[in-house]
Amino acid sequence: MVAQLANHDHSARQRLLRALHYAAVVLLIFLLLTPLIAFLFNAFSFRWFYPQLFPTELSLRAWESIVAANSKVPEALLNSTILAVGVTVSSVVIGLPAARALGLYKFRGKRVIEFLIISPTIVPGIAVAMGLNINFIRWGLSGNLLGVGLVHLVPVMPYVVLTLAGVFANYDPDFEQQARSLGAGALRTFWHVTLPAIFPGIVVASLFAYLISWSQYILTFLIGAGQVITMPVLLFSTASGSNNPLIAAMSLVFVAPAILILVLTARFLSGKSSAIGGFGQL
Amino acid sequence: MGVKKRVPAKISAPGCGIARAGWLGYYPQAHKRGKEAAIVTVWDRWRIPIMLTPTLAVIIFLFLGGLTYGALVSLGWQPIIGRTEISLRAYHSIMFSEQYAEAFWQGLALTIWVSVGSTVISALLALASALLLRRSFFGKRLATFLYQLNLPVPHVVAAIGILFLFSQSGLLSRTGAQLGLFDFPRDFPILVKDRFGIGMMLSFVWKEVPFVGVIVLAVLQSLGVDYEDLARSLGANRWQRFVYVILPLVMPGLLSGSILVFAFTFGSYEVPAILGVRFPRMLTVTAVRFFQNPDLNARTEGMAISVIISIIVFFLVLGYMWLSRRTVRQD
Repeated sequence: MVAQLANHDHSARQRLLRALHYAAVVLLIFLLLTPLIAFLFNAFSFRWFYPQLFPTELSLRAWESIVAANSKVPEALLNSTILAVGVTVSSVVIGLPAARALGLYKFRGKRVIEFLIISPTIVPGIAVAMGLNINFIRWGLSGNLLGVGLVHLVPVMPYVVLTLAGVFANYDPDFEQQARSLGAGALRTFWHVTLPAIFPGIVVASLFAYLISWSQYILTFLIGAGQVITMPVLLFSTASGSNNPLIAAMSLVFVAPAILILVLTARFLSGKSSAIGGFGQL
Repeated sequence: MGVKKRVPAKISAPGCGIARAGWLGYYPQAHKRGKEAAIVTVWDRWRIPIMLTPTLAVIIFLFLGGLTYGALVSLGWQPIIGRTEISLRAYHSIMFSEQYAEAFWQGLALTIWVSVGSTVISALLALASALLLRRSFFGKRLATFLYQLNLPVPHVVAAIGILFLFSQSGLLSRTGAQLGLFDFPRDFPILVKDRFGIGMMLSFVWKEVPFVGVIVLAVLQSLGVDYEDLARSLGANRWQRFVYVILPLVMPGLLSGSILVFAFTFGSYEVPAILGVRFPRMLTVTAVRFFQNPDLNARTEGMAISVIISIIVFFLVLGYMWLSRRTVRQD
């Protein structure tokens, strides 16, 4: 009897705990999502007067001005895409050999090299960009996509190299030896042996390179000198105005590709990867 | 953060260990590979430096080059406008001149307050939310997915979202008005573009909680519940299991996540530019304003501020890492 009572009491307490747990989870998710919901409200609102919680008049005006002929959004989207793709491809090509060296071998000075490669994650980008600004003007790299792309490499390289080095740390180079001894050339070995083995790492590294470049504002602004209009640059200047529906709609256009890319590549991402730190740079 | 270290079972680059006696100590079985030493080629010896070259070129020319040149400019070295003497004039002027000193020290205080505050609050909430999401419950996959949804949202957008939510005519104020708490927007407390950096902290915390949380969650999930079950069977209660089992295990992840958050918030520009006020102004915003001044001499002051920011971040992070090395087991 007593035992039964205790048992009953126990399960009641557990049910209460479970309900509390659910309430906490729902609250957490709600708090994280409300800012995103605020964008949807604003983007379709029209004459949304103060005490109204929901916009009573809906309008597509903001969206029309985004696709209008004089809109800068298409140009900004194009620039952002060219930059992000270019930075992604070149950072992986540049970082792959270094990642292999760091992942597979021990050598003198390795800790110093690692520290050097990680250091851009700690030092603020504005210090680097301000220093480069004058020289880039002199070399003709200011105000164009090439110069801006080069500067984007600075925050991107640490995450690309770290991710790929992590993959190479669990990689057995003997398979390459076997392929070579069976007569495959260096390129074929890379294509058929190395690449498939490190592919998941390349996807994750590319994801971070893309996202970091995509969301970069201050480096683009300082090196682009107002000539290179990317989505963050355009959004930032729009945000200093007061056209809330336009600001919201533009934000959604800017964020959607980033979220889509994350969703598409999520299965390659494990939270244990050291590259997850890349999210801290966005 | 650190790259995983592994002594390769078989070394395909003998040049990196065999040729020089000083390095033999790294490899327990190196003496057995005496024969390989005979066929070291030039490629083998230069292999690692060559592989590192492209990445190091980017880091050295763009990163270190930019920093060094910036530091030189901050010391007054601007050959373009005919200035080649080196002095600490700009530093002195920012820190002690009547014109700039107050803005600098107040800005520094605000920057430290906002970045330390955001980091601590984010770390605590991240730990709490990771513990919430770790347990298995119906809808866990969906909850975890929604939890990570703001990870790719850029800070510019995060700042605007906070503006939409917390400004005096924002969603929260409207909700209050519907409940009869306020009649006019001006009745709502100033939470964005405020003197105390509350809006900036809200923005940073919103962005960084899932970021640190995902790191902690990954650690918790990879550990499983074995350690806790063991502690439970030894009579540890819920609190003891948290303090003596979970906390020490997630601490390295929590700390490295916090380092990245702190360094980022300290040097970030967009959020303070959108959510900050004129006075006190965050240091990064002041630096960029100096830099945008058409008078090239003002660049010296702008660079000096960004050098100061870099030095502070660098040493705070170094000290933090040193402290955490001492208190947390790194394995």
